[in-house]
Amino acid sequence: MRKFDTKVQNLKYQVLREVARYSWTDQLLEKELDIPMTIVPGRTATMRCCVYKERAILGERIKLAKGGNKDNPNVIEVIDIACDECPVGGYEVTNACRGCLAHRCEDVCRKDAITFDSYQKAHIDKTKCIECGQCAKVCPYGAIAHIERPCQRACKIKAISVGPNSVAQIDDEKCIACGACVYQCPFGAIMDKSYILDVIDMIKKSNNNQDYRVYAIIAPSISSQFSYAKLGQVISGIKALGFFTVVEVALGADMVAYSEAKELAEKGFLTSSCCPAFVDYVKKQFPDLAPHISHNLSPMGALAKYIKDNEPNCKVVFIGPCTAKKMEIKLDKVKPYVDSVLTFEELQALFDSKDLDIASMEEDVLDNASYYGRIFARSGGVSDAVAQALKEQGIDNFDLKAVPCDGIEACRVALLKASKRVLDGNFIEGMACLGGCIGGAGCLTHGEKNKREVDRYGMEALEKTITGAISMLDKVNN
Amino acid sequence: MMIVQVCVGSSCHLKGSAEIVELMQKAIERDHLESEITLAGSFCTGQCNRVGVTITVDDQVFTGVTKDSFSEFYREHIIEKLKREGSI
Repeated sequence: MRKFDTKVQNLKYQVLREVARYSWTDQLLEKELDIPMTIVPGRTATMRCCVYKERAILGERIKLAKGGNKDNPNVIEVIDIACDECPVGGYEVTNACRGCLAHRCEDVCRKDAITFDSYQKAHIDKTKCIECGQCAKVCPYGAIAHIERPCQRACKIKAISVGPNSVAQIDDEKCIACGACVYQCPFGAIMDKSYILDVIDMIKKSNNNQDYRVYAIIAPSISSQFSYAKLGQVISGIKALGFFTVVEVALGADMVAYSEAKELAEKGFLTSSCCPAFVDYVKKQFPDLAPHISHNLSPMGALAKYIKDNEPNCKVVFIGPCTAKKMEIKLDKVKPYVDSVLTFEELQALFDSKDLDIASMEEDVLDNASYYGRIFARSGGVSDAVAQALKEQGIDNFDLKAVPCDGIEACRVALLKASKRVLDGNFIEGMACLGGCIGGAGCLTHGEKNKREVDRYGMEALEKTITGAISMLDKVNN
Repeated sequence: MMIVQVCVGSSCHLKGSAEIVELMQKAIERDHLESEITLAGSFCTGQCNRVGVTITVDDQVFTGVTKDSFSEFYREHIIEKLKREGSI
């Protein structure tokens, strides 16, 4: 069974696994330098120009697995020596150009940048070209290609530029830590910092959860992951790592949906607050709209707060698909409640660092949340849940017009309209990743069937209503 | 003040902790013990049982409480304890 989408993920995983393996037994300091040799043995290079460069890059990956550069506030980092300095050609005529008679490319170019040689083949004058892409659109042979770096193409908010030595450079003022570049860079040159060592340390020092308890709170998108095992087995695996217990973040989503519906009805216009990358984007690019961001914590924050309010000395670790959550827990509003964040990639590495074969474990149970809390994991889910929460609370004097935005580009369009007061809607559901959280950069696999998996997981919830799921908490807290 | 925590973790939730919470609330209300007992929730206490729900009374953990055994549990471990402590 394939665990990852790409070899890049697999490589990153191997590093995390080895770092974790030695960290459990307090041997990391002495064994750290051996890890590159274990992963790239022998003398034949398979990825780069030579094994020495391969190992040097692994050394950098180890640094990131250990938490990365502490002086860099961004949780996403470029590994300079891993960046392959991809060409940045822009629009170029390829040899598929047939030298036709029509010359549509020439006609459509407003800058007269296209000329023809004696064979009638087109050429683009780069001093005139403004990269509008019209020529590529009209060419009947599709002969004009857009040569762009995958990281820049992935970064829809244009936070990545070409820095010194042609190495990719992230503008921290713009970056929202969504991790799109991390997943898309074919050389794995951009990575999210990992906090696995903090988590391992937390578990070890808990003295088998005697001194304090370590809670794992898991994002609902987990239902589309670890497809080689059953969800109940994943829960057993998490407990076998040393977590005290596992609680669904979907319960936090139920809480959020419930109070977000109220807030929306009061204020009349709102954006969701569950996606940290989206929230960061609004703050950075549309500061005027920032007051309209829902004042609720994200589902992660809401659930963690509930747990900490009941048990102040415990530790809470969020496990999810998201790199931006690593940034969210640094926010003052969230810091007191969530102690660390792991991605599903990192969870897989932790399982294997202890040689846990989760597929052969017994199935544990997981049931805290409702259908609606669970479908937060996919685009459109928050809107559905808020509609349901309005209904359940009998708020019928408010006409919900939700605008679910799938991916940061769709978010940008909706926010732009909202800032000009021409948005046809009163609730923006912002999800930075395509498809919602199931498209997150920290997912092991991304696929078409993931949305179905999330919906199925939602249907399996014992609680059919939001009120049903959170009423227990309300009851016992009043 | 006695603190009674009903587990609302996954395992107990599936075994009916919602009903137990309700029974507990009703009993407290019936006996006018609102000022003696704080009812709270807890996530897993790590004592999941094959039957019933886990309830923590102050620092003592009881497992396997079902809606059938509830009144017995309530009488023995809550009312009697309150009496022993001289609260009622």
